[in-house]
Amino acid sequence: MYRTYRDLPPVQVTTGTTEGMPTGTWRTFRPVISAERCTRCYTCWKFCPDLSIIVRQEGDYPSVDLFHCKGCGICANECRRNAIVMEREPL
Amino acid sequence: MDERTPRFTIPHEELMYPGHSACPGCGEPIAMRFLLKALGPRTVMNVPAGCCAVIPGVWPRFSLKVPLIDHAFECTGATSSGIRAALDVKGMDDVTVVGWAGDGGTVDIGLQSLSGAVDRGTDFLYVMYDNEAYMNTGSQCSGSTPCGAWTTTTPGGKAIARRTGKKRILEMLVENGIVYGATVNIAFPEDLIERVRTARSIRGPKFLHVFSPCPSGWRMDPSKTIEVASLATRTGMFPLYEYRDGQYRFTKEIKNRKPVEEYLRLQGRFRHLSPEQIAEVQELIDQGLEDLRARVEAGRK
Repeated sequence: MYRTYRDLPPVQVTTGTTEGMPTGTWRTFRPVISAERCTRCYTCWKFCPDLSIIVRQEGDYPSVDLFHCKGCGICANECRRNAIVMEREPL
Repeated sequence: MDERTPRFTIPHEELMYPGHSACPGCGEPIAMRFLLKALGPRTVMNVPAGCCAVIPGVWPRFSLKVPLIDHAFECTGATSSGIRAALDVKGMDDVTVVGWAGDGGTVDIGLQSLSGAVDRGTDFLYVMYDNEAYMNTGSQCSGSTPCGAWTTTTPGGKAIARRTGKKRILEMLVENGIVYGATVNIAFPEDLIERVRTARSIRGPKFLHVFSPCPSGWRMDPSKTIEVASLATRTGMFPLYEYRDGQYRFTKEIKNRKPVEEYLRLQGRFRHLSPEQIAEVQELIDQGLEDLRARVEAGRK
């Protein structure tokens, strides 16, 4: 795309989104959602800093995007029904 | 099982991409996400140095769906005025200009340019996300660090190094001439979104003070971010109120206020405090709340 420095634009530009960043590799604990206990209150979806709790539309059960989840555990801490447990990643 | 129909209490549309470079459990991307949900895509952001310059993505990648300008630490207000002037020339009235700075970039370093922008009457929204120290450089004390907190420049010990409380930045800016100001907390997203929408509907300089915990700098577990943020408001450490039309108003009345010790004990940065010192911090908070209540009452008359 840019062969030499002369091809570069005069300002900084971005060439892509951070969607390709594998921030899931930072994780030590992985959230596991139990569909039996989940009441679909979407508290986990609301407070996820990494947008890694996926709810496509109202009424769906939440799922976890493990490629981006950093394993902070906010979802497990905030879940009022204790439907999310943090499990240790295998080494 | 609960029989209610599941519902989103905040807008579903995301204006951020995952994979940004915030630490696990950081409060700042949560605040950013709620803000963008409330404002929608017709927004231009500008950020100074700090965590907020790193989190949207390390070049050449970018994690927001709105344009963003990165600039020097002290010129958030000046850059916002510039963007607004350029948008006005192009006739783009419906675009919201957001200056998004940390507490160091607002109460210490960026104070003069923010004051200048308010003085010029620039139509913009200034958002200060408050993690109570210079967290990007390894937690040095800022003007927004609370009384008694440990930072690398106010070390913990027998005597409290940080004796004063947070700067009352909202009151400062009210005297400066903002048309709307509010404190919001990431633990109450519905309230936060309502405040942002109110701010967007008003023309003129607006200010929002967002409480955003920092797990690494506050020496706490990343999973406790929302719990600590919620406790900050429930103990009176960070009361939620707004200023509009010459009046202060509580936006979240806290009944049965909890003792501040519950909030302090969750964080390693307050671990060195003795029971007498905690009583001192409690007194300072009570005094601050009383002052605030007096201001609210004065506005009602």
